Parts: sequence; structure tokens; C-alpha cells
Amino acid sequence: MHNYEPFEADRAAEIIAKHQAREGATLPILHDMQETFGHIPDAAVVMIAEALNLSRAEVHGTVTFYHDFRKEVPGRRVLKICRAESCQAAGGDAIADRMEKRLGVELGGTTTDRRVTVEAVYCLGLCHSSPTAMLDEKVYALLDEEKADALCAEAER
Amino acid sequence: MSTRIFISRDAGALALGAEDIARKIADTAEEKGLDIEIVRPGSRGMFWLEPLVEVERPEGRIGYGPVQLDDVDGLFDANFLEGGDHKLNLGLTEEIPFFKNQTRLTFARVGIVDPRSIEDYKATRGYEGLRKAIDMGPEEIVEAVTKSGLRGRGGAGFPTGIKWRTVNQASAPQKYIVCNADEGDSGTFADRMLMEGDPFMLIEGMTIAGIAVGATKGYIYIRSEYPHAIEAMNAAILKAREEGTLGDNILGSPYSYDMEVRVGAGAYVCGEETSLLDSLEGKRGEVRAKPPLPAHIGLFGKPTVINNVLSLGAVPHILADGAEYYQEFGEGKSRGTLPIQLAGNVKFGGVYETAFGVTLGELVNEIGGGTRSGRPVRAVQVGGPLGAYFPPTLFDTPFGYEDFAAKDGLIGHGGVVVFDDTVDMAKMARFAMEFCAVESCGKCTPCRIGSSRGMELMDKIVANEDRAANLIVLEDLCNTMKFGSLCALGGFTPYPVMSALTHFPEDFGADPSRLEAAE
Repeated sequence: MHNYEPFEADRAAEIIAKHQAREGATLPILHDMQETFGHIPDAAVVMIAEALNLSRAEVHGTVTFYHDFRKEVPGRRVLKICRAESCQAAGGDAIADRMEKRLGVELGGTTTDRRVTVEAVYCLGLCHSSPTAMLDEKVYALLDEEKADALCAEAER
Repeated sequence: MSTRIFISRDAGALALGAEDIARKIADTAEEKGLDIEIVRPGSRGMFWLEPLVEVERPEGRIGYGPVQLDDVDGLFDANFLEGGDHKLNLGLTEEIPFFKNQTRLTFARVGIVDPRSIEDYKATRGYEGLRKAIDMGPEEIVEAVTKSGLRGRGGAGFPTGIKWRTVNQASAPQKYIVCNADEGDSGTFADRMLMEGDPFMLIEGMTIAGIAVGATKGYIYIRSEYPHAIEAMNAAILKAREEGTLGDNILGSPYSYDMEVRVGAGAYVCGEETSLLDSLEGKRGEVRAKPPLPAHIGLFGKPTVINNVLSLGAVPHILADGAEYYQEFGEGKSRGTLPIQLAGNVKFGGVYETAFGVTLGELVNEIGGGTRSGRPVRAVQVGGPLGAYFPPTLFDTPFGYEDFAAKDGLIGHGGVVVFDDTVDMAKMARFAMEFCAVESCGKCTPCRIGSSRGMELMDKIVANEDRAANLIVLEDLCNTMKFGSLCALGGFTPYPVMSALTHFPEDFGADPSRLEAAE
């Protein structure tokens, strides 16, 4: 569970300064921004572009290319359900359906109470024990109905 | 003296509850006043036995698994600290056939040593390869890697030694080593396990590469879906710097090399080497046209060695034990060992390192034990989302680069995903197109547009709309993607699609005789 800070230009400038001298600093800055603010605000894009001597279009292009970077702050917890081949082979379709129904939200959405954002992920590298999921940074494998329900309950808590 | 207990810290074991088990065992031992030390290694790779609890005894480590929270009290009652009898007692872990029958060269330490301990690493022949490399010098290292027959384990199978030689011969003020740890293929997890279970060896492999080509700086690009691996590599890099095995004048030699972790951001295509380089540079992860090769114009325009985790992970062993030893394993032009990953609907899921040449059937039915569901195996996808689906009639295919290519397949990164007879192959073929559409970097038309048209075609075929005509269009589209795409994403998506259609035409409502006639 993350407690994100509201966006502040000073804080963003601090983050940029921390990474600015690194080679290829854009992704480290974006990761750090998202870790801090929960998303990449447009104002941050402008600041990054200026600091790294890039055009806003270039930074915007980078932000929007990657699935990880968000436009909005996610729910209090983020549940990623693996939908790749190995998990499909091991009954993952039914497990994902069940979890979507139980949380009342489709993959890619956030519950109305903003407790949980549910996303599809394409492989967590736990395919030896499919189906799998990740709640924030904690991983779960060999999901069956019982474990999926418990995981949803944990996510909603 | 305290009894040493081993409980894996591998993400796979944690996902199955290893953390709770470790805590409960520690608490219970404290309550009972028993003197134990819990060590947290990587995983042995037998995930159907995780969480696996191993107790160190004079005769070796005795395994118990899979241990659930309810079992812990019973283990203490059964005196497991002295190897006591219990329904979960597996005997000596090293004697379990799945483990014993492997040839563990790259995975020799994984599941055995504490990956946070550089002392453990040094005590298990760590840095032997690096010391030899320093004595040998760049030319001889490149020669040894070439002689070993090592080929790129990321999937392309390009000879590693030749890549290194090219960078070695390039002249530039700065060169780079890049480790591709963007292991995005479903059904693969060997990179993750190696980074979590033996990070010092990967650092050693990258350092040797640095010495071999004259690169002083390295990056390991790890996907963001692997937080445990990122943590393990960062911790190991810090320790290696303290130890003087990273930084200036490594182990007192004239060679200098340092490296850092960079984290991906959820783009599958960044596993493609040129896209990865653009991503490292802070750009959109778009594929570059080749030539120029990264070996000439790579990261930030400088000569760059970019290798997969398993390629670089094989290097310390090749240097320590010699190229001849390594290349004695395998068959044909596929030399050495490959950590094969058994995944999907498989009874014994895990990593199985063995010499090339083992047949697909042995892997799936004997080593993997068939399906976990107990139903018949219908299809196996080898080599990730871009790999072909093979039916059991092709199970005599030996695991080797050329052998799989001869059957219109690929071994890729060595992932094997097993499906039982409930699988709908038309759905899997559509998924392959959909995945390509979502993950396409957008740079080339066959991949960007072709994948979307492919999805639409699949929908029409499944809905029996002009099926016969649309199947012909699908084949045509696949050919365009295969030969017209810039990289393997668009270029290899036809493998799962066409193999599904060729081997399982009944799922597409196609008349099998039409395809046979076409061959």
C-alpha cells in the first residue's frame, strides 16, 4: 500500500536533480516520480523536458509508450493478475473472471471506492506455479478459487 | 551448535507462502528454546515442493515439502531438525531424481547458497572464472567463449564469442556491457531465478565480458515485474563494490568495470535488444533497424555487448572449467546446457538445466510429469509468446536451435508451456495476434497493422465468416509479418498462429485436408 504525496513542483525538482546527471536519466526519473506521486503529472513532463534538454513531445512520447506509467493516481492497492499463456493454460481465465466479478471491476479499472486498481499483467515469471497475481509487490501463485477470494479480500481490506 | 535450516527467498517460493513458513518456524523454535539458523537461498527449482524446508544434517540437506502453515507443528513433533520421519519428508534433496538428473552448470549454486552472502559465493568457486580471465586477458577470453560454442540464450542463438570479438575489435573511447534481463516471455523464469539465487555470478559474468571487450560500464535492464530480482541485484552490486570485484582495478588488476541496475516499465518489446537500448537511453522502446549492429553502434551510439542473463551467467563457469568442458555438453551446433523452464499446466513445474538434446517428450511427460490437471497433453508452446505450438506427435524433437527450426519452431529462452485437451487453439492463435497488437512498438507496418488485421481475421474465421477465404488471407498476412517485420515481435508472431493452424486445424473449423494438400 502506498501513501502518495500530492504533486509539488519543488519535490519534483528534487527528484529530477537526484537523477539528472545519470546517463539516460528519463526512466529513472519517471519511476521515482511515480513512486512519489502515484502517477506522472503533466506538469512533471514539462519539468523533465526542460531539465534534460528534451522536447515535451519526446518526454510525453516516452511516458505514454510504457504500460507502467500512469496518468492518474491508482487505487489504494494495485492488483495485477497474470493473463499470459502459462496462466491461461492453468485455468487463469476463470480465476481472472472470478476476481473481476468479486471486486466489481474489470481489468484496467479501479473500484468506485478507490480501494483497488486491477490490471492485467503479461507474466510475473512465476509460471512454474500458474495462475499467478501480484498485490502491490507481494506475489501469489497456484491461485484456485479459495486463494483468489482470499486475495480479493486482502486487496479490499 | 545451531541447526541450519534453508527456506527459499525466491519469488516463486514466496508466492507459495515461504515467508510465513520461515516466520512460523523461527517463532516455534524460539518458543521451544531450539537453536536454529534460517538461511534464505534461491530456489532449487522444484516448485511443486515449495515452500521447501531443508534441514542441514551430516549426510546432507533433508527436504520437507511442500510445507503449509498447518504442517509446522507436526514437523517439530516429528523432530525434523534431526531429519525425523514425516509425511512431507523427501529424503536428501539432492537425491530427488528431478534434481539429481540435471546438469547444473549455470544453476550450480541456485537454491544452495545464500545469495546475499559474498562469502558463500567465494566459498563455492566464486570469482574463479574472473581470476582466470584477468590472467588470460581480452583476446584469450574471447577465444575461450568462442570455443565453448555458447550461443545467445535469449532466443536468437547468435554465437556469443563472435559478438564479443566484434566489440573487442571496435575502437571507441567508451564501450558498454548490457545485460538483457527483460524476461517477458510467458513460461520463462530462469533469468529471475538466477538473479535472485546467484546474483554475484551474473555480475562476475558481466565483469568478464567487460574485460574481454574493453568496456568499463555495464547496465542490467530488469523488468519492473521482478521486484525481488531488482532488490537482489542491487544488494549484490553494493557488496561486490565493497569487495573490490566491481570498480577500479578489479582484484588488483589493471581492469576497471562497474555497473548498475536499470528498471524497465512494462513494455514486452523492450526484451528485443535494440528496443532495450533505446529504453535505456530514456526513449520510447522502439526497435532499431539493423545494421548497424549494437556491437558497432549500440548504447548511446557506442560499441555494446548486449547479452541475455543466461548467456552472461554461463561465462564464469566456461572460464573456470574451460571451454572444452562446456562444449562437450549438447548436440550439433547447440553446445553446453540450457536451463529449461517447465510451466503452464504441468505437474512438476520448475527449472531443469540439462545438456541440449533432451527430447520435448521426455521434458513434458517424464521430467514434467504431464499435466497438473491429469488430462491428456494437447499442445506445448516452446519459446514464449512468439514460439510455435507443438502437438504430441512432435515430441521426438530434440531440444536444440536447429532441431526446432527444422520443425518450424524455436526454443527461444527455453520456456515450455503445457496445455491440456481443454485448450482452444483458435483462441490461443487470436491471443498471439492480440498480444502483438498491444505490445507492438509501432515502428514497422507489418507488426503494427498486421497484428490488428490478424485479430480481426481470427474473429471472422472463428465466426465462420468466409472461413476458407479468410484462412488463405491469414496465411498470407503471416508471411508478410514474418518476412517484413523489423524484429522478432512481428516476425515471430506468425509462429504460434501458423503452428496452431497447421497442427490443430479442427479448432479453426478448417478442413484438415486442405492444409495437408497445401504442404
